[in-house]
Parts: sequence; C-alpha cells; structure tokens
Amino acid sequence: MSVLVVVEHDRGALSPATLEALAAARTVAGEGGVHALTLGAAADGMAGELAGHGASVVHQVHHDLLSDYGPEAWGEAVAQAVRTLAPEAVVACGTDRGTEVMAQAAARLDLPMVANCTEIGAGAEPWTIVRLRWGGSLLEQCTLQASTKLLTVAHHAFEAAEAPGAGTVSSLVVDLDPALGRTIVVDRVERAAGVTLATAPLVVGGGRGVGSAEAFAPLEELAGVLGGVVGCSRAVTNNGWRNHTDQVGQTGTRIAPDLYMACGISGAIQHWVGAMASKKILAINTDPEANMVTKADYAVIGDLHKVIPAITEEIRRRRGA
Amino acid sequence: MNVLVCVKRVPAPGARISITADGQAVDTAYLAFTTSPHEECAVEAAVQLVEQHGGESTVLTLGPAEADEQLRYAASIGVNKAVLLPIDEVDWDPQRTSAAITAAIRDLESANGPFDLVLFGNESADSGNFQVGVRVAHALARPMVNGIKGIEVEGGTIRARRESDAGVEVYLVPTPCVLGVKEGINLPRYPTLKGRLASKKVDVAQVSPVGEPGGQQMVTLLQAAEQVSQTVMLGNGPEAAPAVVDLLEELGLLK
Ligand SMILES: Cc1cc2nc3c(=O)[nH]c(=O)nc-3n(C[C@H](O)[C@H](O)[C@H](O)COP(=O)(O)OP(=O)(O)OC[C@H]3O[C@@H](n4cnc5c(N)ncnc54)[C@H](O)[C@@H]3O)c2cc1C
Ligand SMILES: Nc1ncnc2c1ncn2[C@@H]1O[C@H](COP(=O)(O)O)[C@@H](O)[C@H]1O
Repeated sequence: MSVLVVVEHDRGALSPATLEALAAARTVAGEGGVHALTLGAAADGMAGELAGHGASVVHQVHHDLLSDYGPEAWGEAVAQAVRTLAPEAVVACGTDRGTEVMAQAAARLDLPMVANCTEIGAGAEPWTIVRLRWGGSLLEQCTLQASTKLLTVAHHAFEAAEAPGAGTVSSLVVDLDPALGRTIVVDRVERAAGVTLATAPLVVGGGRGVGSAEAFAPLEELAGVLGGVVGCSRAVTNNGWRNHTDQVGQTGTRIAPDLYMACGISGAIQHWVGAMASKKILAINTDPEANMVTKADYAVIGDLHKVIPAITEEIRRRRGA
Repeated sequence: MNVLVCVKRVPAPGARISITADGQAVDTAYLAFTTSPHEECAVEAAVQLVEQHGGESTVLTLGPAEADEQLRYAASIGVNKAVLLPIDEVDWDPQRTSAAITAAIRDLESANGPFDLVLFGNESADSGNFQVGVRVAHALARPMVNGIKGIEVEGGTIRARRESDAGVEVYLVPTPCVLGVKEGINLPRYPTLKGRLASKKVDVAQVSPVGEPGGQQMVTLLQAAEQVSQTVMLGNGPEAAPAVVDLLEELGLLK
C-alpha cells in the first residue's frame, strides 16, 4: 500500500507535526511506501529531512499560487496529486492547516475524511479507526469506507522517529485556477518575541474563584516573580475578566508547562483537556472535592486570595535571604 | 448584509463525560445542552455584522427537535430568523450533514436571495470533524477560510484574521464567502429579558434534511485513558506557602 503524506510548512519552515504524520503513515504503508508531498518551491529544501523520516519519494509541486499558504489552492493541489498518484491513503497532521487542507481536498474529491486519528486499523475494507472527540476528552471508534482514505493524525498519537527512506525527488504538475488566489494569506503580523501561554514553563491559572478582573493582580505578581504567565478558565473569559488569549482548554490554548498552578478552577473536563499535558499540576481551591484537586499532583486547600500572596512573599523572603 | 450561521446543539458536561450503555452517545440524563462555543461566537459575529451593515441574520441547525432551544437562544441575542433541519438520530456523519446543510442553503437562497456570508464554527465541540463548513463552501463554490478570529467588512471583501504559532495571518476574501470562526473573536452578549421574550415568538422554519450517509460511520464511543494521580496535600491556607515554595525549588522553577 502506498501512503501520501501532505507536508505542512510555512514558507519553507517544516511543521514538526508533519514528522508525526510520517510516523503514522509508516505504520500503514507496505510495499508501496511512504510518499511525501511538498507544496511550493520554498519547501524543496525539506526533501532530505523527509527522506530521513521514511519518505521513499518526495513529490514537489511548484506553482505561483503555492508561494504562500492558501487553503483552497493547497486543497486543490492535494486533490490533483491524489488523482495523479492514486495512493491508498493520504495523511496530514491534525493542525489548523493540516485539517483545513485535508477537508478541502476531501470536498474536492468527494471522499470522507477522518480527523484526529489516534489508531489506524488499515487492511480489509472498511478500515477501523480511533479518533478524538471533544478535543480529546472522549474517543470514537469509527469505520472508514472509501476508495482513498483521507486522515489527519492527532498530535502526540504517533511518535516522530528517524527511519531512512530513499527520498527520490520527483516533480508533480498541477493546474490551478487563478481564482483560488482569493484565499491566500495577504499579510502577516508577527508575534512579539517572549514566552506565550503555550510555551511558558510555568502557568498561574485563575478561575471563577478569583472573583474579578482586578483580583488577578496577585496572580500576575506571582507569575511575574517566577517568569511565568497567567492563564484562566472559560468562566473568566465569559465574565470579561480576561482576554480569550489567556484561556486554557478545549476551545482555548493547550498548555504544557513544568508546573500549572490552577487557582479557583473546578477542573471541568474541557479545561482539564487543555491542561493535562502539564508536567505537574498544583491546585489551590477551597473545595477539597473539586475535580481539579482530586486530579492534581499537589493541592493546597484554602482561599486563593490568601494563599497566593503568601507564596509570593515566601519566594521574596527566600530570595532576599 | 445577509448572514447565515450554522450551529450545533451539544451537551455541556462537567467533570467528566459519561457514555450510554450501548456506547452510542454521551449520557445526557443529567446534562444541560448548549451551542458549541466557537458557534456562539459566530452567532455574536452575525448579530454584530447586521447591526453595523444592515440586512438580516439567520441561524440554522441540523439536529433533534430539542435543538429549537439553541435556535431560540440565538434569536434571544438578536438573530432574526431560525431554521431547523430535524433528524431522529443523535447525529449525522459529516458528509451527510454537509449535504443537508448545502441543500437547505440553496432552498433558502432561492426563496430569499443570497447570503453574503455563511458562518460556521471552527469545529463542532462534540464530534470535531473539522470539515462541515469546508464541504458546504465547496459545494456552493464559495471561498472558505477556517479558524477566523477577526472579521471586517470592506465593501465586497472581508478582511479576516487568523492566529498561527508565528502571529496573525490576514486573508482578503471576496463575498459571498464562508468563514469558520474560533472562540475569542468576540465576547458573546447575554440575552436580555426583552430578547428572551421576543425569541419565544420567532417562527422556526422546518426544512426536511436530505443527504446520503457518508463513508465515515461511528461504531462506538470510548473513554480516553484517564491519568490517575495520588494528590499530595501541601497544606491548608497561607501556612502552606513554604511547602509550595519547596516544591517550586524542587522543580527547578525558583531561579
Ligand atoms: C463545549 C465546551 C467547551 C468548553 N471549553 C472550555 C475551555 O476551553 N476552557 C475552560 O476553562 N472551560 C471550558 N468550558 C467550560 C467548562 O465546562 C467550565 O464551565 C469552566 O471551565 C468552569 O470554570 P471555573 O472552573 O473557573 O469555574 P467553576 O466551575 O465555577 O469553579 C470555580 C472553582 O473555584 C473554587 N473557588 C471559589 N472561590 C475560591 C477561593 N476564594 N479560593 C480558592 N478556590 C475558590 C470553587 O471551589 C470551584 O472549584 C467549555 C464548556 C463546553 C460546554
Ligand atoms: N448538525 C449541525 N447543524 C448545524 N451546523 C453544524 C452541524 N454540525 C456541524 N455544523 C457546523 O459545522 C462546523 C464544523 O463542524 P465539524 O465538521 O463537525 O467539526 C460546526 O462548528 C458548525 O458550525
């Protein structure tokens, strides 16, 4: 069986999730091997790395409409590649771009597409697949019946690993309607450098228990002395106390700090799913039965308004000493 | 500007999600229902766009008769019209859902004229297929960008913003078009008492959904592996501060 992997990149910078997609493809592909598809000339330089992760052939597509990201141009290019190469399956990463491009290709090919797969049972028709629902709080086993199987793989479900492949470079021609230029990125605003919620080593999270926008000041202070950032629950953003950019969870940001201090947060499943990749979790809550407390590695039972300033003070005291 | 927004009724679980004995659905015996969060924001965006540019907003859902609740909620914050595509099943697969929504949009447009903008959520909260909006857009031959966190109308074009790891990407999409919205694009308003009362009188149009089952079919729901940890109690109240700081030191976070 041959499996085509859609390589995600931003103007030539390879998305690391693509290496997980290659790993997933290797578990399925047989004789036909793993083929990689790179869109746009900027991606040509990635052929070596793709070969190092198991690509037997790297199909390079060059076209003016592929010089920057555009969901429709990318999706149409993938659809045409599928018609030309006729792989048994196509795999992309379950990122914003990966799922969007695969959905575009699926619509154009009139094929089903299974998003965020964690297990791929290939072989006899139909395939049996396990995928994420509810942002990963629940799984679904489904069947997939299709002439070509289109899948995206969930983050962390397959481990990226080196596996030398031939990496023969081949060029593939696509014919794109100029009208598809209508959804290509026209401008960018780069983010200011610095730690973000997604990358911070320490996150101080506040929930409804904080009580108001102003009452976040002690959380800011604690995060400040530790070089971390403040996060929050959806109850907080819904109340307008903080921006949605600070929200942790299914419809917010997934965090993975060394320590997540969850203060006045009950630990609803949709919040938990965004916090569970934290290496350690410390809950501060008045309720010893709160889900956040029972699931955390460490807990302090008490009023966050008293506990947090005491922690900051103790840090200052030790540093001063 | 005429805007259509497609929403899905989903349960609102708390600490955990329970599955029914037959594995076919989330056990909703003790649960309230809501609209997927991304779509709540899409509804708010539709209302704001009509407030700014005139025209009319419509909300549409494919779901059980009870989804009337989510349609009326949208009406209570200002959506003008509501359409229900009733189904007997818990859910339809994404290809079938897309086909039914596409057909309904064609019907609505042939009766009332075109929608300048059709809004979806980035993904539905429960099934998370990340595709219904894209499929509908393709069937209608309209441009579509997902993951949108900013919408500004500039004549016949929409300036749409989306976040990426590197910052913000800007798209200039000609109308009529389709956009998938992410939570955070706005802060949805709460309904007023007046809005709630008015929503009770809104006429919910019923359209019979048509669509063939697609190639992806659910077999069963499964629980995700749960992390079990023995919680270490560091103490009660402010007296626990030294123990917390010891922990910070141990984790190498007290540089
Ligand atoms: C589809 C869907 C998606 C969702 N996505 C998200 C998401 O991305 N992120 C998210 O966070 N939520 C999300 N939610 C909402 C989620 O279900 C919860 O409603 C929300 O997380 C609750 O926030 P909270 O814990 O701050 O508030 P609550 O549940 O009200 O908990 C407050 C906690 O604070 C404690 N407390 C009160 N006072 C104090 C005090 N003085 N000191 C210490 N502790 C105190 C209480 O004991 C309680 O445990 C989603 C919901 C749905 C339906
Ligand atoms: N049953 C439905 N009724 C109306 N809109 C839906 C339905 N299912 C999905 N959608 C819309 O399509 C978007 C993407 O859904 P999905 O492909 O399931 O992730 C959702 O955010 C909704 O806006």
